[in-house]
Amino acid sequence: MKILVTDGHGVEHEIEATDGWTVMEMIRDAGLPIKAECGGSCVCATCHVIVEADWFAKLPEKTEEEVDMLDLALEVFDTSRLSCQIEFDPSLDGLKVTLAPDAIM
Amino acid sequence: MSDNAHQTDVIIVGAGPVGLFAVFELGLLGLKTHLVDILDRIGGQCAELYPEKPIYDIPGIPVCTGQELTDKLMEQIAPFDPQFHLSEMAEELTRLDNGHWRLKTDAGTVLEAPVLVIAAGGGSFVPKKPHLEGLDDYEGESVFYAVRQMERFRDKSVLVAGGGDSALDWFIALQPIARKIALVHHRDGFRAAPHSVEAMRAIVAEGKGELHIAQMKGLEGTAPHLTGVRLEGKETGAFVHECDMLLPFYGLTMKLGPVAEFGINLEQNLIPVDTAKFESNVPGIFAIGDINTYPGKLKLILSGFHEAALMSQAAFKIARPGERLRFQYTTSSSELQKKLGVR
Ligand SMILES: Cc1cc2nc3c(=O)[nH]c(=O)nc-3n(C[C@H](O)[C@H](O)[C@H](O)COP(=O)(O)OP(=O)(O)OC[C@H]3O[C@@H](n4cnc5c(N)ncnc54)[C@H](O)[C@@H]3O)c2cc1C
Ligand code: FES
Repeated sequence: MKILVTDGHGVEHEIEATDGWTVMEMIRDAGLPIKAECGGSCVCATCHVIVEADWFAKLPEKTEEEVDMLDLALEVFDTSRLSCQIEFDPSLDGLKVTLAPDAIM
Repeated sequence: MSDNAHQTDVIIVGAGPVGLFAVFELGLLGLKTHLVDILDRIGGQCAELYPEKPIYDIPGIPVCTGQELTDKLMEQIAPFDPQFHLSEMAEELTRLDNGHWRLKTDAGTVLEAPVLVIAAGGGSFVPKKPHLEGLDDYEGESVFYAVRQMERFRDKSVLVAGGGDSALDWFIALQPIARKIALVHHRDGFRAAPHSVEAMRAIVAEGKGELHIAQMKGLEGTAPHLTGVRLEGKETGAFVHECDMLLPFYGLTMKLGPVAEFGINLEQNLIPVDTAKFESNVPGIFAIGDINTYPGKLKLILSGFHEAALMSQAAFKIARPGERLRFQYTTSSSELQKKLGVR
């Protein structure tokens, strides 16, 4: 299982996915420069990713907490999500996301 | 020695949990401390990022919130009377002829001490800046991330950006002062306190202020004088909102900042230290808590507490050369108990 992550230079990285981990944790573990300042506590919005539209529709809804915290993102896109709030399961094999500018270290 | 400089034993940069506990460990050894923090409150990440969230891994405290931990630490260090310099950025470090450190803050405070402890955590908390071209050139004249003097905004056309408490509070507070006031937020929902949302909506309904559901795309004007902000909304499309002041409120982010210029070795924005003294490559400058790195480092509060204790032993030798250090327990030492004011 894998996820595909596009970095700030437009380069796509294929990352080994782990069931039960969040997308932020997998990106961080892979050594990509994601800020994720609050370590996944949904209080910073610096793990902001833009999800590919088809995949966005398949993700579970944002919680109210995530919607609120996305307000701290500097620019919010139609398919913006906080990657620490997306937990991976096998149905997300192949998930495609792009690091938002404010998530990049 | 310099005029008007505060003389102390140890200067601590950062009033997060680790800087606070360092006050305690240094205090037990009889060392006085001054702390500098850019935040307007004490507690670092615990107070700024998760005051109400629970922490479960502080030894002996099964659960406490970030704010409770901060309050308890303040209670614990009170006997040592630490001096705080809040809302100040530790900016400039020089070494004096006598080997002591001289630290200057952006507010002009000068501190001098034989020992400097960097407990800067993930860095200084600074406002998040919107990605707008040329933004920096407008700062200080047309773009502000905080309101220090309301008068500056009198009779101006002010655009406030963001959807949280700071954005709404300032929209409401500046409305009677500004010539024109507007709020821009990406959605018609706000994570601010309900009474603020109500007050904001009332101002808009009465036509005393504008609300734009849009995002900022660019600045108009000749720096540093703003004339407008380009906005783009789903329904409205792109347009220019005329204004001469912009106040963006998107929360804070952590940036290493001036510590990078202190002449200390850095590794990926962290300060490498030895694990006996937690001293940097510069003798007399120590680094504890999230800001340091060494093999096996874990960014946990409890690790920082341990680091503070060991650092203090080494700091004592610098601050009190020639004096002997006695290892004592707080439980049984009457000397320590006197310092703690419990005897
Ligand atoms: C949401 C969240 C949950 C967490 N949960 C836990 C947990 O359960 N258990 C645990 O052990 N840890 C937890 N942590 C981590 C813990 O908060 C940190 O390890 C801890 O705060 C580090 O303390 P510190 O004193 O080293 O630095 P910080 O708390 O980062 O404080 C550093 C301070 O230094 C100031 N500063 C830096 N540079 C300057 C400068 N040049 N001038 C002026 N001021 C400056 C900053 O403004 C800041 O206030 C959590 C962190 C977060 C964000
Ligand atoms: S890591 Fe802070 S909100 Fe996701």
